[in-house]
Amino acid sequence: MSVMLEVREVTKRFGGVVANDRISLTVTQGEIAGLIGPNGSGKTTLFGCITGTLPVDGGEVYFEGQPISHLRAGPIARLGLLRTWQQTRIYGEMTCAENMAISAREAHGGLISLLKPVPAATRIRASDLLAFVGLHEKRDERGGRLSFGQQKLLEFAMALMNEPKLLLLDEPTAGINPTLINGLIDRLRRANAELGVTLLVIEHNMRVIMNLAHRITCLAHGEVLAEGTPDEIRDDARVLDAYLGVA
Amino acid sequence: MLDNLLLFVQFPPLAVDVVVNGLLIGAIFALAAYGMALVWGVLNIVNVVQGELVVLGGYVTFLLVQWGMPPLIGVPVSALVMFGVGWVLYRAIVFRVVDRDIFISILATFGLAILIQQLANLSFGADVRSVDAGLGPLHFLDGMVTVAWVKLIAFVLALVAGASLWFFLRHARLGQAIRATAQNPRAARILGIDTGRVYAATYALNAALCGAAGSLAVMAWTIHPYMGLPYTVRSFMVVVVAGVGNVGAVVAAGLGLGALENVAGFVLGTEFQIAFVFALMVTILVWRHLRAARRREHLK
Amino acid sequence: MTKLSDWHIMGVLAIAGLGLPFLAPGLITQLSFLWLMVIFALTWDMLGGRMGYNSFGNILFFGIGCYAAAVVQRDAGLPYFEALALGLALGAVLAVAAALLFGAALLGIRGHYFAIGTLGLGITAAEVAAGWDYVGAGSGMALPLFPGALGQREFFFCFSLFAVAIVCFLFLRWLYGTRFGLALNAIRDDQDKADAMGLRTTPIKVFAWCIAAFFLSISGGLAANMIGFIDPRDVAFAGATFGVWMVLMAILGGKGTLWGPVLGAVVFHITQELFWTYLLGWQRVALGLLIVVIVVFFPQGIMGWIAERRAAREGAAS
Repeated sequence: MSVMLEVREVTKRFGGVVANDRISLTVTQGEIAGLIGPNGSGKTTLFGCITGTLPVDGGEVYFEGQPISHLRAGPIARLGLLRTWQQTRIYGEMTCAENMAISAREAHGGLISLLKPVPAATRIRASDLLAFVGLHEKRDERGGRLSFGQQKLLEFAMALMNEPKLLLLDEPTAGINPTLINGLIDRLRRANAELGVTLLVIEHNMRVIMNLAHRITCLAHGEVLAEGTPDEIRDDARVLDAYLGVA
Repeated sequence: MLDNLLLFVQFPPLAVDVVVNGLLIGAIFALAAYGMALVWGVLNIVNVVQGELVVLGGYVTFLLVQWGMPPLIGVPVSALVMFGVGWVLYRAIVFRVVDRDIFISILATFGLAILIQQLANLSFGADVRSVDAGLGPLHFLDGMVTVAWVKLIAFVLALVAGASLWFFLRHARLGQAIRATAQNPRAARILGIDTGRVYAATYALNAALCGAAGSLAVMAWTIHPYMGLPYTVRSFMVVVVAGVGNVGAVVAAGLGLGALENVAGFVLGTEFQIAFVFALMVTILVWRHLRAARRREHLK
Repeated sequence: MTKLSDWHIMGVLAIAGLGLPFLAPGLITQLSFLWLMVIFALTWDMLGGRMGYNSFGNILFFGIGCYAAAVVQRDAGLPYFEALALGLALGAVLAVAAALLFGAALLGIRGHYFAIGTLGLGITAAEVAAGWDYVGAGSGMALPLFPGALGQREFFFCFSLFAVAIVCFLFLRWLYGTRFGLALNAIRDDQDKADAMGLRTTPIKVFAWCIAAFFLSISGGLAANMIGFIDPRDVAFAGATFGVWMVLMAILGGKGTLWGPVLGAVVFHITQELFWTYLLGWQRVALGLLIVVIVVFFPQGIMGWIAERRAAREGAAS
């Protein structure tokens, strides 16, 4: 198993606040890695640094051995590294089917390749993936009219449509109806196993992340606090302290 | 073009003259720019009708002088009249676009600008107007640098207005309400501030500042119905460079723009002065964008 | 709207466009201006409505087309039609080059900064042209006389502009059906998302502006010849009239819809002509007022209003 993503001593400051302080972590090809930590510990900031939406102040990020911390979001996405957002980002005025169609990998191409209608194969794939996340009946509905949870699912399906090698998910279960969470865990696992997408997941719901992840990294105050299997993390006193605020 | 530039080197007092006169005119730009910064910061709209408010202020003073009043009375009177005009404009039109998409507010105030331009053209004619303040010029450096008294007065008044605005926002009750509303309108409403009134007062205050600027412009320079847009763009540029919340920076940027514009007008020829103003604005926007893009950021 | 009814409307318009000049020769100039307005609204809507970039500077490309034609026709020493063709071609090349240059610089800027920045671009062009002696400076340029018989000129330019409008409409209709059209919408809805999904947003945006520049410059060259005279501030780079009308017509009809800009152009042009006829002296004031009223009270446009009505009726029925 090769290392897919390596974050090496990444530092990110906002004014005087150090949001990420020399954070290092690795994600191995094919795994589901978890990223946890209390609010404000720098998880989402780290996602921004990795995927090119925030400039890093120090350190380096390697994706499949290639340094990417100087690249912007577009080129990084075209390498096959994608993220989703905690507050979800979809194309609100477009239908679900259109959201999916423009998220296909072919849309990375140059202008000439864009000047063609959406191929039938893409439509079928889009329709299959919408069915996969349970939004097939909503395919002609405008994205902005979906509920928050449904938008979250749509965003996930759009990411899969893009055929990423590594997908960074920012709190995939936040705002999702609790009765649907088990189904979502199952879909994340299937995306990992059947579609071969490596996952790095930020999650606050401990039950979900302990079930899902093969390996977990815990951040606190912008630093890596602990790393290990779910069982090791569960038993780590420092992690408990960080969450419960016991000094 | 190069000849004109060489003149500066061969004859330095000329350069001083051009720069000083530009700085003084810049005070008028700063005055209009405070207003725009205020409206931008508090109402979150870009007020494209800004320049037309300046022009209207100039016409108020022009009319007063026609009726035999002393020109300098025009400054407070124009400010007062324009305060009323601003209040009415806000209550009639502007309040409807405050919480809407920012492009809607740009387009609506642009429409107002065209409307006021045309009304001014119908009422006052398309002629270039100016008012002689009757104060004569001041000479420096053996008469090689000439500065009109009225420009000096404009300069001082603009600084005074800036200082009193700063003081007003810090210490007056309404000023504090304006700042509170700017930071968080919802919280301000919950705390019992009538934000509708605060918005109206802010807009009217902006119009008053424009009125004073226009009054000074008609004395120190000229006005005509179609010269509003350059004032809008100058204000916009000053605010973009100086930021919304910094009165001192607005003054500095306004003065700098005045000097730069006067030099450019001299070097390129006055027929290209307005072109320079607009091109400078585009350049500033593009430069800021490139700087932000290097930092993986975007201008929103 | 189904495909069939699209073609029906186009059929009716085509018959009107081809027949009206013969049936009502008195209206031929108005009709020519109508096609010009349709081109204005369609090209503006590609950026403003489809892509979410509200430009006040598209008039730049129209003006480049005007001046390129005028200069070539003055200086090339060719017969009328050859010079016109060469002028249109040169205008198109220059306008597309300008769109590439300014697009790369300005299309990264967003929101009101883009709107005001493009406004500045258009006015800069007007002021430069007004000070530049080679293109007649403030007094503008006259175009050569049309060689045909009396009255043929009007027919020629009416049909030419009609043809450009049709080609523009059909081209955009096709374009919006491709992935490119979806990409424009994606940029409008959330550009950061589009970037993060790997779309090459900058080339997409610049290309869209180039298309607008192409059609606007062609229509500029034709319109300059139709009017017979260009002036830097009131015809070629007329930001406060044509430049704002583009925006207004697209909004009036319905931003981001296929037929909205066409409909908006027709309604606006008729209203405007009525103003000119019945509000002598006050027409420009009335236009300013119309802008404010439409923007403040009717920003969803006619197509948006129809969609709202339909949704309300369906909501009531179900």
